[in-house]
Amino acid sequence: MSAPPRILYCNCTYAQVVPEETKKAVLKKLCESGAAFDAVADLCEMSARHDPALQRLASGGPVKIAACYPRAVKWRFAAAKAPLPQDAAGVLNMRVHTAAEVTAALENPELKPNLPAGKVSSADAPSPNAVASPPAA
Amino acid sequence: MALKDQTTLRIVLYEGSGAQALGATDRFTALTTLLERGYAITCATGARPVAPADRGALLVLGHFDGGRPPLAEDAAGQVALRFHDISGLDAPRIADVVEATRSESAAVRHGDWKPWFPVIDYDRCTNCMQCLSFCLFGVYGVDEQQRIQVQNNDNCKTNCPACSRVCPEAAIMFPKYKAGPINGDVVSDADLQREKMKVDISALLGGDVYSLLRERSEKAKSRFSKERDSNKALSERQKCLIKLAQSGDIPPEVLMSLPSPEEIVRRAEEAKAKAQAALAAQPGTS
Repeated sequence: MSAPPRILYCNCTYAQVVPEETKKAVLKKLCESGAAFDAVADLCEMSARHDPALQRLASGGPVKIAACYPRAVKWRFAAAKAPLPQDAAGVLNMRVHTAAEVTAALENPELKPNLPAGKVSSADAPSPNAVASPPAA
Repeated sequence: MALKDQTTLRIVLYEGSGAQALGATDRFTALTTLLERGYAITCATGARPVAPADRGALLVLGHFDGGRPPLAEDAAGQVALRFHDISGLDAPRIADVVEATRSESAAVRHGDWKPWFPVIDYDRCTNCMQCLSFCLFGVYGVDEQQRIQVQNNDNCKTNCPACSRVCPEAAIMFPKYKAGPINGDVVSDADLQREKMKVDISALLGGDVYSLLRERSEKAKSRFSKERDSNKALSERQKCLIKLAQSGDIPPEVLMSLPSPEEIVRRAEEAKAKAQAALAAQPGTS
């Protein structure tokens, strides 16, 4: 049996764009789960400084990332010359999904890669019916 | 020192063999405190894989058996490895230990710079060089293949998304921006139409923004010579800047900190020349 995907949590410390209650609830659940995981203060800051840690975070096998928009996450890693594997990274967006949705997706051992490939346009947006569904990752 | 040259300290909260597990509340409190201070932490419980180590400085924290941290070092001598027993320490004191280690290891202190800078979506970017031509602060440059890239992200003006407004493809993101598509959300057709309208902050102001500023500068000079009315000139410039701020959601403090109109014109011409040179050097351009 293969190992479950790694978990990476971004605290978006230097901005208030991710709802505080969502961030806290997701981190609390991770701490309660007893699972191993990586937590970073702010992926933007790491990308800006081309932090070599992004390389190890991107290259250590399949990963689920609790952060913000998949398009932003993909290109922040790429900007730091640490591209995420297109078929082995799933991003959970704490800006739009609830803590319960994000936590459930993190706990699910199945990885649903969702990094955008090619131009992301309105055609790629979830349909109105999909809004209530759990995030894919 | 440039952002890219600074080293960072990685923290490992170790709960594997030879150490006791932390309670969920203690783990959460310690993590929250360290994350708020800008650190990256690996919770190593052994129950799931984590990212591999790199060559940065590493501080391993844990409730080690007998209260004694292990004596260990990286066999390859590449990782500066430190251990600290945190038995009996509350979160603020753990943070003090980490801060002292960071200082000793000359790793960067986090939080001195708000990470606000453009991120390019190369799936959308057409390498048109509008952003390079527009930015007055030298944030953009080109690589050896004449492809646009963000070269000096610490030059970017905090909370200013102006260059993303001039991008006709909505390819420039500021992930900490409040709204899509600049924040990284998917790009709708309506967004593209809106962005096209904004390309030209020009259209809104009646011409290329720098030409406009140049023109205003000349008019102002003329007025100075005729009327010596510096207040009127200042008021004109402020009106122009307010309009620009509203149309591009540019923070007033960024606009008010712009250099003199002459300097703006000089920098704009320099940026434009860079963009033209990059476009001319692109493969297939004759």
